[in-house]
Amino acid sequence: MSLLDWFADRRKTAPALRPTPEPDEGDGLWSKCPECGEVVYRKDLIANASVCASCGYHHRIHSEERLRILLDPGSFIPVDGELSPTDPLAFKDRRAYADRLRDSQRQTGLRDAVVCGTGTIEGQGIALAVMDFRFMGGSMGSVVGEKITRLIETATEQQLPVLVVCASGGARMQEGMLSLMQMAKISGALERHRSRKLLYIPLLTHPTTGGVTASFAMLGDLILAEPKALIGFAGRRVIEQTLREKLPDNFQTAEYLQDHGFVDAIIPRTQLRSRLASLLQMHQQPAAVSA
Amino acid sequence: MAPRRLLLDFEKPLVDLEEQIEQIRQLARDSEVDVSQQLLQLETLATRRREEIFSSLTPAQKIQVARHPQRPSCLDYIQLLSDDWIELHGDRSGSDDQALVGGLGRLDGRAVLFIGHQKGRDTKENVARNFGMASPGGYRKALRLMQHASRFQLPVISFIDTPGAYAGLKAEELGQGEAIAVNLREMFALEVPVIATVIGEGGSGGALGIGVADRLMMFEHSVYTVASPEACASILWRDAAKASTAAEALKITARDLSQLGIVDRVLGEPSGGNHWAPLQAADTLRTALCEELNQLASLSGQELRDQRYSKYRRIGRYLEHPEMEAAATSDTLESSASA
Repeated sequence: MSLLDWFADRRKTAPALRPTPEPDEGDGLWSKCPECGEVVYRKDLIANASVCASCGYHHRIHSEERLRILLDPGSFIPVDGELSPTDPLAFKDRRAYADRLRDSQRQTGLRDAVVCGTGTIEGQGIALAVMDFRFMGGSMGSVVGEKITRLIETATEQQLPVLVVCASGGARMQEGMLSLMQMAKISGALERHRSRKLLYIPLLTHPTTGGVTASFAMLGDLILAEPKALIGFAGRRVIEQTLREKLPDNFQTAEYLQDHGFVDAIIPRTQLRSRLASLLQMHQQPAAVSA
Repeated sequence: MAPRRLLLDFEKPLVDLEEQIEQIRQLARDSEVDVSQQLLQLETLATRRREEIFSSLTPAQKIQVARHPQRPSCLDYIQLLSDDWIELHGDRSGSDDQALVGGLGRLDGRAVLFIGHQKGRDTKENVARNFGMASPGGYRKALRLMQHASRFQLPVISFIDTPGAYAGLKAEELGQGEAIAVNLREMFALEVPVIATVIGEGGSGGALGIGVADRLMMFEHSVYTVASPEACASILWRDAAKASTAAEALKITARDLSQLGIVDRVLGEPSGGNHWAPLQAADTLRTALCEELNQLASLSGQELRDQRYSKYRRIGRYLEHPEMEAAATSDTLESSASA
């Protein structure tokens, strides 16, 4: 194999962390699949849960579309929507954290990287958190930690199952150790939820890495993932650089994690809602009847 | 004779003084001249210099002290603190991680479980200990021992000293994220007192994986980071050389973390750092551990769990209703939001 082939090969197999355009953004009527190049009518793509009909490529979607795909129409009741980040360390790298926050808020219309609330999936009540990768890479700082913790506490009180849709680069460095401690805080809330014999399901979407993987993403009673999602603890580059190990092509994909026993099931987005409904039904949460 | 101390670059001003002292000593041995007066003066000066240097270390310098190869390690402290130590091995799933050790011993007469990251002193030992970077099996061994301790009413004493959890192919395959995550959750269920102390460096999730505690203590020159300043610099600054800037910005020192409500107790170090006086460091640690254990001893298992939960529940800074609070001063609104 020549060096050029090797590079071409690498490019082909390295999981894409580059932001892919989201289908319901932009003005164009048409959308080109980054995987197979198929050009489709944008409305058709969105109607198919932003999954390419010809190759099955899962476009990245943001929290609003995720809620639309998962929940019964009109059932979502957001909580803690106003909770907002502050800049506890007065952090500044090449840019000030405060400016990054303001930009992300303006671009996404969100206060921070997670949307929480309750809703129903085919009539069954659920407490739901959806992370949004557009907001500073879905990174977890105080607000993400606090909102997810509150959601789990509410679910524990109301005896609801919890679903967390993960999409995150990990702990938010700009809030320092406060971010790391959110991993513990959320895990503690999950311990209480679990001790009441309530169901918790994380859904791992592209990408789920770092401190999120080392906490609530891996604590599900059942762990679900979307096809080909990148899931891992340490970054691929870190592992390659420090250890010079040859990594398998499918390293840290959902399929790879399933092979190694860390994902219960990989579910295409188009089937997600009906599969979740079945799973919820089979676990028969007591409060689901009245929800 | 004591092994030669490795001096850090910011200690260089002390080198000349030490050499002078050594020369005068030599002189005194070889001749009849009484030099005790000069010696005393120079030694006092050296001590004062060292105190000056160590009372104003930058975060980047503290990292150097925290990573000093001669800084007392987990097993050093266990040997110094415990009478009846027996190391316990294995995760019962096919591995015994040398980077994360544990076992039973006595602290001031009471039986406890010790666990901690273990670095090596030299290259050979560091290879065996994987530089204190634990594998999934290490976290699972720690969990097995902590749950054992909880069943038999043995307090858990945890020593944190790791650059981070091991980042490797095998570690990913065996579920590094899952292993740490389960520890975080299950440490909240332990029904015995848990005291964690950052004795060297606390590297991110790898540290937290044995660090959910009723009391978190930290030595004065230890550091605890969300991401290593080197990694942070290369990601946020796109320049690994900015590590000391990142170290400053990340707020990683014991004092900073105590102000953020994360660290409960800061343990003073002898001037020059713990490696200058390991026995004194161990005494400080023993006193603190015993005091904290005595305070926690009266609590029931459920009370411990509840208090541990509340301790972590409070951590975080955010604005509840930013628009309403915009009028208030940022200080009061932050504290009310995080209360």
